[in-house]
Amino acid sequence: MIKKSIEFPGNLESLQAISQFVVQSAKSSGLNDADIYALELAVDEACTNIIEHAYGCQGDNKINCTCESVLDGIKVIIKDSGCAFDPKDAQKPQIGVCLEELKSRGVGIYLMDRLMDEVNHAFIPGGGNVLTLVKRHSV
Amino acid sequence: MEYTITPHKRCNVITLVGRVDGSTAPSVESALKMVLAENMYNIVIDMTDVDFMSSAGWWVLIETQKECKKSNKGEVVLVNVKEKIRSSLNLVGMDTYFKMFDDVIDAVGSF
Repeated sequence: MIKKSIEFPGNLESLQAISQFVVQSAKSSGLNDADIYALELAVDEACTNIIEHAYGCQGDNKINCTCESVLDGIKVIIKDSGCAFDPKDAQKPQIGVCLEELKSRGVGIYLMDRLMDEVNHAFIPGGGNVLTLVKRHSV
Repeated sequence: MEYTITPHKRCNVITLVGRVDGSTAPSVESALKMVLAENMYNIVIDMTDVDFMSSAGWWVLIETQKECKKSNKGEVVLVNVKEKIRSSLNLVGMDTYFKMFDDVIDAVGSF
């Protein structure tokens, strides 16, 4: 099984490079185009949350991204050293409300849950978070 | 991410090219604000050449739609949204806030 890690600067300009790394790994793992896009979007939403919320768009922080081919798909592990944040604590997005009442909360985390087969979060002792996303081959 | 703005008689067409994520969504926002600053509220967004759009991009479109629809001043409509992007919009119900067209001419003609 192939496993590769890259450390990226923890800023919004890294999002494209992170996506390229994840998409290439997903292709190598044999995911179809729809599943690759789902993974790309979930990882982008996760990293955007880290950069904007855990790091507050400040400082010389890093995001470590590991892509690992597994038997039935791909596992992506994203590590940061920012504020502890459990996605389960995020506000739920509003769905089906009228346009005027719509507020931009919780959509990224909701999308991750809907698009991925597994989403697991853990705190790193001493600071930081580990987010694990699993996308399996569609049958 | 690049954009062009093409004025028409009853609307403006904004053509986006590339990837819209947290780092490029502010460029899209700038383009839309430029149009709104001219009191032009009928906007066609051509997404034929957009291969990726995260929620950061959607929120820019949503906030612009709110502004345009306020007091029925106008509307944002979308053209050629790729199926993979449309599917993710559907997941969070955001597709319901926009009319979608397959062709720029039809979208322009709707105003």
